[in-house]
Order: sequence, then C-alpha cells, then structure tokens
Amino acid sequence: MLAGPAPCQELRKATFLPQWSPQAQFAGYYVAHAKGFYARRGIDLEILRGGPDRPAAQALAQEEVEFVTLFLSTGIDLRSNGLEILNIGQIVQRSALALVAKRSSGIRAVKDLDGKAVSIWPDFALQPRAFFRKYNLHVRVAPQGGSISLFLRGGVDAASVMLYNEYHTILNSGLDPAELRVFDFSHYGINFPEDGIYCLEQTLKESPELCRDFVLASIEGWAYALEHTEEALDIVMKHVRAANLPTNRVHQKWMLEHMRDIIMPPGKNIPMGTLLPDEYRFVAKQLMENGIISSMPEYGDFHADLAHAR
Amino acid sequence: MRAKPRGLALRLALSILASACAIFLAVFAYTYRESERTVLRNVEEGARNLTLATVYRMETVMAGAEKLPAYVARRLETTELSQADLQAQIVDALETNQQVFGSTIAFEPYAANPEQRYYAPYCCRGQDGQPLAFNYLGSETYNYFHMDWYLLPKVMGRPSWSEPYFDENGGKVVMTTYSHPFYKVADGARAFAGVVTADLSLQWLRELVSSISFNRSGHAFLVSQAGVFITHPNEQLVMRESIFSVAEATGDKDLRAVGRSMIAGGSGFTRISNPVLGPASGPGLPKDAWLYYAPLQSTGWSLGVLVPEAELFADLQSLSRKALIMGGAGLALMLFVLAAISKAIVRPLEALAHSAATIAQGNLDTALPPVRRKDEIGELRNSFESMRQALKEHIATLVETTAAKERLDSELKIARTIQMSFLPKHFPPFPERDEFSIFAFLEPAKEVGGDLYDFFLRDENHLFFVIGDVSDKGVPAALFMAVTKTLIKGVAEGGTEPSDILDKVNLELCRDNESMMFVTVICGSLNLTSGELRLANAGHCSPLLLRQGAVENLPLPPGLVLGVMEDARYTTQRMELQPGDMLVLYTDGVTEAMDGDNTLYSDERLERSLLTYGPNGSEQLVRAVLADVRAHTAGEPQSDDITLLALEYRGKRT
Repeated sequence: MLAGPAPCQELRKATFLPQWSPQAQFAGYYVAHAKGFYARRGIDLEILRGGPDRPAAQALAQEEVEFVTLFLSTGIDLRSNGLEILNIGQIVQRSALALVAKRSSGIRAVKDLDGKAVSIWPDFALQPRAFFRKYNLHVRVAPQGGSISLFLRGGVDAASVMLYNEYHTILNSGLDPAELRVFDFSHYGINFPEDGIYCLEQTLKESPELCRDFVLASIEGWAYALEHTEEALDIVMKHVRAANLPTNRVHQKWMLEHMRDIIMPPGKNIPMGTLLPDEYRFVAKQLMENGIISSMPEYGDFHADLAHAR
Repeated sequence: MRAKPRGLALRLALSILASACAIFLAVFAYTYRESERTVLRNVEEGARNLTLATVYRMETVMAGAEKLPAYVARRLETTELSQADLQAQIVDALETNQQVFGSTIAFEPYAANPEQRYYAPYCCRGQDGQPLAFNYLGSETYNYFHMDWYLLPKVMGRPSWSEPYFDENGGKVVMTTYSHPFYKVADGARAFAGVVTADLSLQWLRELVSSISFNRSGHAFLVSQAGVFITHPNEQLVMRESIFSVAEATGDKDLRAVGRSMIAGGSGFTRISNPVLGPASGPGLPKDAWLYYAPLQSTGWSLGVLVPEAELFADLQSLSRKALIMGGAGLALMLFVLAAISKAIVRPLEALAHSAATIAQGNLDTALPPVRRKDEIGELRNSFESMRQALKEHIATLVETTAAKERLDSELKIARTIQMSFLPKHFPPFPERDEFSIFAFLEPAKEVGGDLYDFFLRDENHLFFVIGDVSDKGVPAALFMAVTKTLIKGVAEGGTEPSDILDKVNLELCRDNESMMFVTVICGSLNLTSGELRLANAGHCSPLLLRQGAVENLPLPPGLVLGVMEDARYTTQRMELQPGDMLVLYTDGVTEAMDGDNTLYSDERLERSLLTYGPNGSEQLVRAVLADVRAHTAGEPQSDDITLLALEYRGKRT
C-alpha cells in the first residue's frame, strides 16, 4: 500500500465524464475509482454517467467537468477549431473500427466491397472514406445509427463496427464468425488511435499535480483491470446495472478482452499514456485532407505526456 | 481341502435368472422408450398448439397495429394534410387501437417545413389513464434520422418492426415500433418523404406470455429478431441478454444452434440443457427441458415454450419405478422358486455324490440314498446301485480269488522249500573227501520246477550222481520230479548199473502215467579210486568233459526218455576219468536261456564259459556259468528250469 495523502493536504475534488455509456471501454477508470487509486493520490473523483445524450466534448467546453475521454480525431478536430484542450494521456493506441460484411453478399476480399451498400457512422466516416479511397472502392453509403439492425436485416451488405463492441453484438445476434468478413482498418494502414484523456489547457496550468495524478491513477486502474478481468467486470457491471443498460456480462467480457489488444497492441510496446508523433500526424493529416480541419495543431501544443513527464 | 465348487443349483438358478432379467430389462427399456416417445409426441402437440395459439393472438394485435401507419401513409401520399390534420390522424389512431402506445409521423429534413430540419409530431398515452400527451420529436440529441424506426424503412424501402427497445423518454416501457414509409412525387421522381409509426408497448405481450403455463411449470419466452429476450420469467434476462449471449456465457453450442433456427423463422421441438434457460435457474437444479418454438411472421420474433424434462417424464418415471420394483420383486420370487427347484433337483444328486464319494473310498456297503423318482436322477441312482452291487460282487470274488491264490502261493512256496530240501544243498558235501569235488545248482523257472539232480556216496569208493529234466513245468512236473528222484535214489541204493536203474525207474514211471509226462535223465557212478565212470542216458543232452584245457561232448548211447515206453532198454557206457577232469552235466534250460532278441545262450557259449572258469574248481565254475547265463538273459523272465552239476575228479592221493 502506498502512503495516503499528506494530512495537511485536502482531497481535491474533480469530475470525469467518459465519452459513452458505462461499459468495459472505460473499465480502467471505474476500477481505479472503485479500488481507491484516485483517492490514494488525493483526488476525490466523481465519475459522471456518459452517453449519447451527454456529449463529453460539450461538457468539457462548458467547463462542467475537469476530465473527459475523447477519440484522438475528435480531440484534434476540437483543438484545431479553437477549443483549448490538451491530450494528457493516450490510452488506446489502435483503432478498433472495422467494416463487417456478410460473406453471403459475395464479399471475400476488399475489392468485393465495390458497388455494395455499406452503413457508416456519420461521426466516424474518416477511416472508412480513406479506406475506400485507398482501394478505389465505390460504395453506396447509408447512415448508421445506434444499432446494427440494418445490417442484420440485410438492409446493407456491410456495416461499421467497433471490434470490441458491435462486432460481438453481431455474433450474439446469431451470425457466426465464419459467415462474416472483417476489414480491420488498422490492418490496412489506416490506424486512428482512439480513447485519450483530455482536459482544458487552463486546468493543467492551474493544477498540474491533479492532472498528473489523475492520469497516473487511471493508468494504474487500466493495468489492474487488464490483470484482474473478473473483478474488473464486477465493477463495470455495477455501473451498467445502475444505468439499466441493455447489455450483459458476456458482452462486457468480450469488450474488456479486446481493450487489451488496442491499449497494448501486441509487438508495439508503447508506454501507456504516450501519443506517438507519427500516429498523431497521420490522423491530423487525414483530417486536413478531408477538410475537417484547416490547420494542424503542433504535436507539442496538443499532447502532454503527463505519465512520463520529468 | 478343495474350494467348494460352484453348485449346479446356483449356476442353473443364476443363468435362468440372468436370462429372465435380460428379457425383462429389454422389454422394460423398449416400453420406456416408446412411452417416452409418446409422452414427447403429446407434449410437442400440446406445446405446438399452445405456441401457435399464442402466436396467433399476438399476430392479431400486431396486424391491428400495422393497419394504422399503413392507412396514414397512404393518405399522406394522396392528400396534402395540414398539421392539425396530422395530429388528428394520430390521436384518432390511438383512440381506435388500445394496444398502440404512441404514434408519430416523422418527415425527412425540411420535407414538411423548409424551416425545420426535424419535424415529427408525436402523441402518446399518458400514464394511468392520463390524457394523451403531445410533443415533437427530433433535436441535436435526438436525431431520429439515425433511429432504427426511421432508418430501416427508409433504407429498405418497406415497412418494418424495430427491435424492442426501452423507451426512456416515453412511458418507461419496453416498446417496439412499426414504421411505414411514405413517398412524395417530386420532379417526376418518387422520393422517400418520411415514416408513419405505431409504438406498441410490450407490457401486454409480457403479461400474455408470462400467463402461459403449460404442464405444471412449463413457461414461455419471447425473443426478438436478434435473439434478445423480450419476455422471460427471469426478469434479469429481459432486454439485456440474448439467447446467444446466454449460449456464450454457458458455452452451450447447441443452444446457439437453436437460437439461429429461432431467429431464422424456424419452428421445432428440441431438447435443451442450459442452467440459465432451463426450468429452474440455479446450480444443482434440473436444467433439462424441451422447447417448442415458432416464429411471429410479422416481426421476425420467436416464441418458445419450455417444459422441464423431469416433469414431463415424472409420471412415466414413477410408473417405471413401480414396474422396476414389481419386476425386481418378481425376479426375486423367481430366484426363490428357482433355488427351491434346483435344490430339489440337486439335493438327491448331492446325496448321491456324497454316497459315491464314500463308495469311492472303498466302503461298498454304503447304502445309496433312496430315490422314489422316475426321472433321470432315479435312473442315475439305479445305475449307481447296480454298479455298487456289481463292484461288491466283483470285489468279493476278487477277495476269494486272491485268498485262493495266496493260499496256492504259500503252498507253492512250501512246495518249493520241500522240493529244494530234496536236493543236496550242503556244499562242499563231502569235506572229508579230497579225491573229488562236486557242486550243483538248480534254479526253477516257477516256484517249483521239473529239473532234478542228486548225488550221494553209494559206499566208500563210489559216488552216484544224477541229473534230470521233466517234460513239463510247474507243480505236476515237480511231483513227477519228486517221484523220479525218489525212485532213482531208492533203486540206486542197491549198487546196480546205471542202465539197470533207468530200466527199473522207467518201468515204475510208465505204470499209471496217465498224465503222459516223461523225464530225461543221465545218471552215473564214479569209482573214486580208479576214476572209472559209468553213465547211462535217458534222452538227456550229452554231458561235457573238460580235460586239459579242452571241452568234449561225451557221446552216450541213446536211450528213450523215461515214463513213455515200458519196454524201453538202456545201456551203460564205461570210461576213465583222469585226475583234473571236470564232468559237467546240465539241462537244456542253460543252453536255451534267451535274451530279449530270442538269442539262445547256446552250446558254444557254454563251452567257452567252461574253458574260462573250469580251472577255478567245480563251485566257482557253476556259479560263474550261472552268472554268465544271467548276464545273457539280462533280466528277461526265465522260461525253463536251469540246472548245472559239475564234478571234478582229482584222483586218489597216495
């Protein structure tokens, strides 16, 4: 056990909002909270319930919370468009976004997607578009909402999925892996690192220790969660039940197992919390080329590796 | 002590019992299986009827809910409606169909009003009889264009039922929405303009499905098109778990296959074994159940009715238990009866065996157990009895015979002793005389023999000797020999010539010789002073003379055997013996002694033996020749009496 905070030190209050509803995607933060890793570093943290009706970027911009998680592409977009936020710890190093197609639609290889109907989340269209450009595919794009019913019912031949989430939902809707063809964008050279921890630049200026302690405790939480999956799942399921979400433990277990692959990609050995400059530039360049942003923020202005700062 | 052998009775009983057991079990198993099939057929029938009836009830409601959006969509395509008209349509719809919880007409962006991106007037029932509530759907946080109920009919170009969802905004109930697309013709092209929906609360469905009871504790559940539980007795599963997540959590591949069949619109009757889906969730409880499932065509959902297997077969099992108990009791009774019958069969056998064992130990007076039966055992006992009697008689005869034989044997032994005592047996016979030495030996082939020899001093100066061989063997021969010897001795005492002796003895023997026996004899008299030897022969083989290292046959005048013809006459032959001569008399038992190959001892071999052993004196010579004969026969049984007599003349000492 580490020593508790110094007696003279007050517990610092802070709030944190994950970018989506409670699920294993945020297991590290829930575990760090439940196991007292934040408290041990003197943070009295409140984790708010995220979800589609509570956009994290908006909450951060309106200074309702100190910390949020965001996709890297979202973070760059916000920063480039004038919101002074900082990436203070990149947790997910690999994109989990993929296309899943039904083999029964005659899709075996990338070229088979040509002329097919594909549903894409409007908010995550960059990678699929880059993929289509790269392989010169002309597809009929349909918008994709919060479910994969359109794909399941044959409305489209392929759909976007998060490998840790919707892909398993498809499997648990009765389709077998052998009936599906998965195109994992990170395997096709279109890797967008995803979840990172963000705060306002001003917050870092005012309370650098708080920010550093939050990142360190979160990383500690992640390390613990990936080491003790069943215990982590118990904690996640408490939050899931409290939110009365239509999900189940098997699904969350799948999600947690796949978080490991994208947080610590096999053979890459990237320290948790670090954003690699090349990865950053690749994503920013894609955003530029697609006209999402007009100027690329400097890597040094965007990312502060608090976990490894001297 | 041998181990007690497994009894015949036990083996018989066990084999019959085992066969009966096998037959009983086979019949039982067959009956059980057939009954199980029948029960299953009936259950399937019942479950199918119940399921289809329930499905039909649901479909009726669904079809009712489908009517409204279809009607409104058609109106929207044919007529321009004001906002008030639209609202009136919706309110009307909710009032006519009590199952419909809410309804909206949702337009494409700016389709209803160029100013408005979102336009979807929505009306739903208030809670607990509250009046209808009215509002507009659509905002930055509620982008209905990406909602299933809007997107599915738009992209697929046909009406559809959404997956059930938990409505946070509306009535806090699980709902499903039927959406019907409508189109507007603009610039000559028919373009999608929006959808008309009817929300169906699933509360009534859950009540309906949970009211299904079947076969005591059978229950029903409903899954959506994606396999998600819409209703289930276990509330924890509803909307959270799908049949596939349960299959994954429990590693139940069969359940996954059933789920795939269910969502593919199949129907069937199958056995599942799952601790979550089963009749009673929880460890240690029976989890095997039979499931009948059938699809709801309109929504693509599937209704399943589950019946615990244990309960299905409870009656059958209790019946089977009784049948098994009865069968077991019957078999036990049968064992008892079998044991009794076997005992009855085997007891006399055992008694018989016991008696036979006693008889086998030689106790032939043991009475066999009485058997009054006329069956094989009776026959066996009678055979045994006959055998015992026969054995007893046989053994009695044997005892008698043996006694007689023993008597005979002992008489023969006595006879032999007597016969041998006839013969001079003390050697040297005349130790005070050194003019000669004489040694003889007789070995009968049987207890008593027909050979004879004798010698005695007739006076101070004359030695009489005789050797003979009766034509037969055994007791008659022995008696004849005794007669002959006595006669010879009696006649010889008188000092007559050897030929005269033979004449007289022949006469005596021929008298009353009904047995037609005869005897060959050589007798002689030796003058011990002069060495003069007188010999007479009655059909006996010639004597041998060993003189100065050579053997010669003494030619004797021929004479008929004694006891055949009364008027047979004999002649005496005279000759001189010189000191050192050895006269050897023998019977044909010596030269005709045979070995295993029927080779005779032969005259030549006898002569060789005489030459070899002669110098050792009469006794040594006789013993050596006998030893040589025995060596020749090498243990073959003696077929004839053997007699040797050696007389060595040394001459008178001065």
